[in-house]
Amino acid sequence: MATLKVGLVSPEREVWSGEARMVVAQTVEGQLGIMPGHAPVLGVLLDGSEVKIEPADGGEWITAAVGSGFFSVADNEVSVLAEQAELGTEVDREHARQALSRAQSENDTVGERRARARLRAAGAEA
Amino acid sequence: MAQLRQLRQQIRSVQSTAKITRAQEMIATSRIVKAQQAMEASKPYAEQIVQALSALVSHHVGIDHPLLNEQPEDRRSAVLVITSDRGFAGGYNANVIREAEALMARLREQGREPVPYVVGNKGITWYRFRDREMVETWSGFSDRPTFPKAEEIGRRLAEDFLKTDENGGVGEIHVVYTEFVSMLTQQVQVRRLLPLEVVERDEAEAKVDVLPAYEFEPSAGAALDLLLPNYIESRIFHMLLQSAASEHAARRRAMKSATDNANELIGVYTRQMNQVRQAAITQEISEIVGGADALADSGGE
Repeated sequence: MATLKVGLVSPEREVWSGEARMVVAQTVEGQLGIMPGHAPVLGVLLDGSEVKIEPADGGEWITAAVGSGFFSVADNEVSVLAEQAELGTEVDREHARQALSRAQSENDTVGERRARARLRAAGAEA
Repeated sequence: MAQLRQLRQQIRSVQSTAKITRAQEMIATSRIVKAQQAMEASKPYAEQIVQALSALVSHHVGIDHPLLNEQPEDRRSAVLVITSDRGFAGGYNANVIREAEALMARLREQGREPVPYVVGNKGITWYRFRDREMVETWSGFSDRPTFPKAEEIGRRLAEDFLKTDENGGVGEIHVVYTEFVSMLTQQVQVRRLLPLEVVERDEAEAKVDVLPAYEFEPSAGAALDLLLPNYIESRIFHMLLQSAASEHAARRRAMKSATDNANELIGVYTRQMNQVRQAAITQEISEIVGGADALADSGGE
């Protein structure tokens, strides 16, 4: 079966790359599931959402929290580019909770959404 | 005898200077490697964003965005000068500032009004000392730039670009930074950042001859709205990283020649000191011999 070549990159580093069966990203208009053979798409990510990747080797789903960015799909290649990107396993929950309460007290909706996405990606209650 | 003591003291002081510059040199060397790694790590993002942008532009020929338009009615030009926070880097900052001044003089000749935006403590103090007005300054990260800082700078510049002259806006944005060519060569570069020039053909584009027909989600306009600022920020981040690597390389070189000079000086002083010591010993011997001779002469009779 064909697989997707996925690269999840932030300006500072390559967060994750490899083969995948499916990628789920969230745009302003809703979730979009991408499987091999998908038509070319260039989509804007919802700032403060999650990107989910199902690795081709049958491992567990990989969840990453992303900030402002976009993704492009072409020829079974998926690139997710986000200015802030973090794998769920890398999220410092304590730090994310602090960011969440700070964003709430400052009425920073984007900051709040980002912090919630980080917590969700880490599998913690948000 | 006083001279001998003086020389000893001088040698000691030069030795401790050499120790410091040597340490600085080694620190800079290790940081160049880190800076190069950071540059390498930022590459995939930069390449992807260029590719996406060219896909977008090639599919929508009549593309229109305020960030792409020339603003002939605005006479002010922003000049972003990227310097370091700390000195001890040889001619690194002097070169950047010289280029920036030359650029500003050229802009003035064209009847434009250059306004500086400065990154790095050294540049800030240079302009402040001369009582020159700076629109915005950033400092504290020149040796290890992070993306949020680049984002901050990019946002501010794009914002000012979209404003008119009367509101403190600018009509174009130039950047003066130092490109890291190799460990031994760093070159000051002057680039125009805004308005963007759309047609930039490079290898990345040449490789992908036929770009796939993308659909845009939610729309091409929305994608462009997001992509352009991100592209600008990524460019600035790239320039900051280049400058940081150059700063470390310049510092390494400056500290290496300082250490070499100090060691040479120690050699010279040591030789002088030996000479003085030998002269003193010779004199003492001849005094003793002379004294003994005089004693023998007087006692023998």
